[in-house]
Amino acid sequence: MISASADTSPTLSRRTLLAGSAAAAGAFSFGFAIPVAGEAMAQEAVKEINAWVVVHPDDKVVIRIARSEMGQGTLTGLAQLVAEELNCDWAKVTTEYPTPGQSVARNRVWGNFSTGGSRGIRESQDYVRKGGAAARMMLIQAAASQWNVPAAECSAEKSVITHKASGRSLRYGQVAEAASKLEVPKDVPLKDPKDWTIAGKPLKRLDTVDKTNGAKIYGTDLKMPGMLNAAIRDCPVFGGKVKSCDAAKIKAMPGVTHVVPVGETAVAVVAETWWQAKTALDALPIEWDNGENAKVSSESIAAWLKEGLDAPEAVIGNQVGDAKAAIANAARVIESVYSYPFQNHATMEPMNATARYTPERCEVWTPTQNGEAALAAASEASGLPIAKCEAYKIDLGGGFGRRGAVHDWVRQVVVIAKQIPGIPIKLVWSREEDMLHGRYHPVTQCKLTGALDKDGNLTGLHMRISGQSIVAGIFPQNIQNGRDPAVFQGLNPPGPEASIGYGIPNLLIDHAMRNPHVPPGFWRGVNLNQNTIYLECFMDELAHAAGKDPLEFRRALMKDHPKHLAVLNAVAKKAEWDKALPAGVYRGICQTMGFGSYVAAVAEVSVSADGKLKIHRIVAATDPGHAVNPAQIERQVEGSFVYGLSAALHGECTVKDGRMVEENFDTYTVLRLDEMPAVETVIVPSGGFWGGVGEPTIAVAAPAVFNAIFAATGKRVRSVPLKNMDLRKA
Amino acid sequence: MAKLNINGRMLDVAVDGDTPLLWVIREQIGLTGTKYGCGVAQCGACTVHVDGVATRSCALPVSAVSAEQKIVTIEGLSPDGSHPVQKAWIAHDVPQCGYCQSGMIMAAAALLQANPKPSEADIANEMTNICRCGTYTRVKAAILDVAASGTLGRG
Repeated sequence: MISASADTSPTLSRRTLLAGSAAAAGAFSFGFAIPVAGEAMAQEAVKEINAWVVVHPDDKVVIRIARSEMGQGTLTGLAQLVAEELNCDWAKVTTEYPTPGQSVARNRVWGNFSTGGSRGIRESQDYVRKGGAAARMMLIQAAASQWNVPAAECSAEKSVITHKASGRSLRYGQVAEAASKLEVPKDVPLKDPKDWTIAGKPLKRLDTVDKTNGAKIYGTDLKMPGMLNAAIRDCPVFGGKVKSCDAAKIKAMPGVTHVVPVGETAVAVVAETWWQAKTALDALPIEWDNGENAKVSSESIAAWLKEGLDAPEAVIGNQVGDAKAAIANAARVIESVYSYPFQNHATMEPMNATARYTPERCEVWTPTQNGEAALAAASEASGLPIAKCEAYKIDLGGGFGRRGAVHDWVRQVVVIAKQIPGIPIKLVWSREEDMLHGRYHPVTQCKLTGALDKDGNLTGLHMRISGQSIVAGIFPQNIQNGRDPAVFQGLNPPGPEASIGYGIPNLLIDHAMRNPHVPPGFWRGVNLNQNTIYLECFMDELAHAAGKDPLEFRRALMKDHPKHLAVLNAVAKKAEWDKALPAGVYRGICQTMGFGSYVAAVAEVSVSADGKLKIHRIVAATDPGHAVNPAQIERQVEGSFVYGLSAALHGECTVKDGRMVEENFDTYTVLRLDEMPAVETVIVPSGGFWGGVGEPTIAVAAPAVFNAIFAATGKRVRSVPLKNMDLRKA
Repeated sequence: MAKLNINGRMLDVAVDGDTPLLWVIREQIGLTGTKYGCGVAQCGACTVHVDGVATRSCALPVSAVSAEQKIVTIEGLSPDGSHPVQKAWIAHDVPQCGYCQSGMIMAAAALLQANPKPSEADIANEMTNICRCGTYTRVKAAILDVAASGTLGRG
């Protein structure tokens, strides 16, 4: 069990391996707990109250977390929700991860492990809160039974149960064992969020200290006795294969132990250290059979997508009235084409996993956004049934969607380990491998045609999206009649998820699917990113054409969309939209809805005569329904702007000869501190629903800035990233 | 064979001289707080101090470091996490995933040692490490906090 707590001391027990100590420097190594084979959770001496809560005799509370922590703070937020209902002392809370194998063995008692789509909290809040509440009820019942009084006469606060009438009290730790023997109650009422004292508060994260002293262990840091290290090269052209490879050339290089094929497409070098493996791999002559895809380039893909903008066949995602007729009868027609490129997730920690295979058992240790998917990948790649496999989750050095749906690196390490049975193998991708074998942000184009009447009212809109479907690339079985519903994120008819915020009398939004050979993935913010750029930048174009203020133009269309409108109004108010800005500074505004939350942003920018953009200020408003930890929401919003602005200003992976061109951060530029604008977060939780916070505001970063750039320069940014555009005065 | 002074200890390491200092620290010496991010001195996840100067260890061959030079890694920045930068990082809850933060902290500590009162522009110029989670706002606030406290700097 990997533990996280505010306690700085490493967790060590007889059930854990001491890792991190090398002979040369044991004295200044940190010990840490990594899970080993066949381990049970912390319940052999201390019994769990229920699946979510363990209470130790000294009152230490262990809260079980099924979702993955990758920086987004879900570990702390979920613990807050459980602790809130448990009425325990927050200072005594620690967390642990059940393994996917343990969950399978217990009929998935911990529910879904998948941590993506900003779902960690919003989709498990109900059952984790019930887990905490049920445990509290059991602890109170145990004390009441001991006192021989009705449970209804007892209450619990900060891990202490009190019987007011008799003045008696017991600590949770004193009744935990008795409580663990009680039946878990079925009727478990939850608190009204207005009564929260732990949830809803801006508490510090539980997992910070080890991230400031080098003690935190990531997947790349794992060590096991006898472990060997692997470096891998997959055919740079997607779909290509290994034609031949001259392993003899490198067999004698220092540390090299094995050169092994990984399927038909890749070769791995295994050595004593990773640097030796990587050095030998660089020296390994490999001949590739690049196949047909070697003819594909960014230009050829763009031409194919462009054809889709006017193709007769398309799948309809949202339709109201008759948009084509409205356009035909319009006083004015405005038309623009936008585009969004491939982008790599570029997690700071490259893909990695450690595996140990024997014919009887296959175990994998890996940073993953979905432990159950990692377990399934281990089972499939090893050929062993799930019951003979286990996946141990390690906190991620960034996820952003790359480590969720597809576990290609897990399959690779298992294929390698299967060829070297009994030896733990740690596979770490180089940055170059990571850049060349991402699951990329899908590439799309969009043609928008708007109809204005003589008074400048929007009477019709046709949005034709052409391009890639993530679902077709990852879950093709979910494509029904050629339709990928996820493509219309943020553009859906009114409803609780990803709905459009405007009442447009004649609307047609359709998709012409075009799937290039480059594998797509769920990239933080997913399809909301490009769809919000397309719609919100075009709304700005329409407002300008109609001679109206972009905020007022939107408001007029949002009367039947009160939640969207409230967030837009909140951001406008905070940004003081009505007030003049300093000379040379200009604003842009936008809004969207996705991942269950309503968001809006205002950007203030200036553009110098030599075309240099400066973002002075961002104001971002979010209505996630309930705010579980406002301090962490602020951090997620700030981080979302870093991710969204990296994409808007710099993010582009280009295809040449069928492969990606950018191999590292020198050519794949991302936002650094010098470009980071001030971000003011406005949290306006309206209650009644649960929305996510890790992704939605990414989508409003680019359109707010692009609209502000238009206000500053009169130039429309219609193609991401901005780096390809000249903003100098003409 | 290399002789290295790391975190105040002299160590003999059997390793090829071309091996980057990062991998000697991680694989031969076993200190894994210093991270691999890019291998080309772009991201700064591998930042250590060499004689007090923030240095990207992923692109520095171990043969270029002499036994007289003092190397400090995140594990050696303070014995108990009490360096002012570490304390400010905890106070501001800076890290998200945390993977880049060892390098970020080492870069901040070196900056503040050399320039105890950095301006916002100094911070923007010197703190070039990449964080994909987007902790920059908090990084800046924590550095300004240490600067205001006056706990670091020459003499």
